[in-house]
Amino acid sequence: MSAPIGQPRVRLPQQMRTGEVIEIRTLITHVMETGQRRNADGAIVPRDIIRSFVCRLNGAEVFAMELAPAIAANPYIAFPLKVEGPGTIEMTWTTDSGEQRRATAELRPV
Amino acid sequence: MRQNRLSRRDGLRVAAGLIGLALAPRAAFAEMPAALRAALDRVLAGRTPEQGGITLRLPAIAENGNNVPMTVLVDSPMTAEDHVTSIHVLATGNPTPEVAAFRLTPAMGRAQVDTRIRLGQTQDVIALAETSTGRLMIGRAEVKVTIGGCGG
Repeated sequence: MSAPIGQPRVRLPQQMRTGEVIEIRTLITHVMETGQRRNADGAIVPRDIIRSFVCRLNGAEVFAMELAPAIAANPYIAFPLKVEGPGTIEMTWTTDSGEQRRATAELRPV
Repeated sequence: MRQNRLSRRDGLRVAAGLIGLALAPRAAFAEMPAALRAALDRVLAGRTPEQGGITLRLPAIAENGNNVPMTVLVDSPMTAEDHVTSIHVLATGNPTPEVAAFRLTPAMGRAQVDTRIRLGQTQDVIALAETSTGRLMIGRAEVKVTIGGCGG
């Protein structure tokens, strides 16, 4: 059985202006099992991690990350994005077992 | 009796040879473990990276290696012509050196990534950044780890 994956939390600035570079901060609950650890019986606990994160803006990839077991549990990922106008960002997290979580956010420059 | 002494001497010779064999590769491994060499070669692909251009922000001392905040910032205009296309992070002292690989685009406006990493012991962390113009930059930071974080 694969480790549970939570609902992602995404934070954008309250207000943004066109031309501004904002920071998008994300957090998701996941144990990020390294595959190095042994359980009480001495058996290796199999690797089970979130292996990829992709952020798309209006359908086009703007940022992506391949994660390794060396990423801490409950992965925190933050990155900048230049606001060129209104748009929709969609983020996808994918685990080793292929399970996915999605989050969307609207860019609404004032 | 004579046979016995000879075999004992042979035994010593074999032992000395084994120690020599064991020490030689260990000295080389201390320079760069095979897994790290392989991970580095995959990113470098025969190229020599230039020093500088990367700010690798990590705490000098991490009390808990399980959760070490890391920022990688690359000096880049992030225009369509000249932007960072990828960042690779390697932990030189972890059992598996690969930490993360990032794909960047000019839409980001700034070449920066933030995450939290695991470090098994005191070690150097390396960041490599590649640009659309073919530049390859390398940055390095040492982190002293009080409690290792590889769940070992």
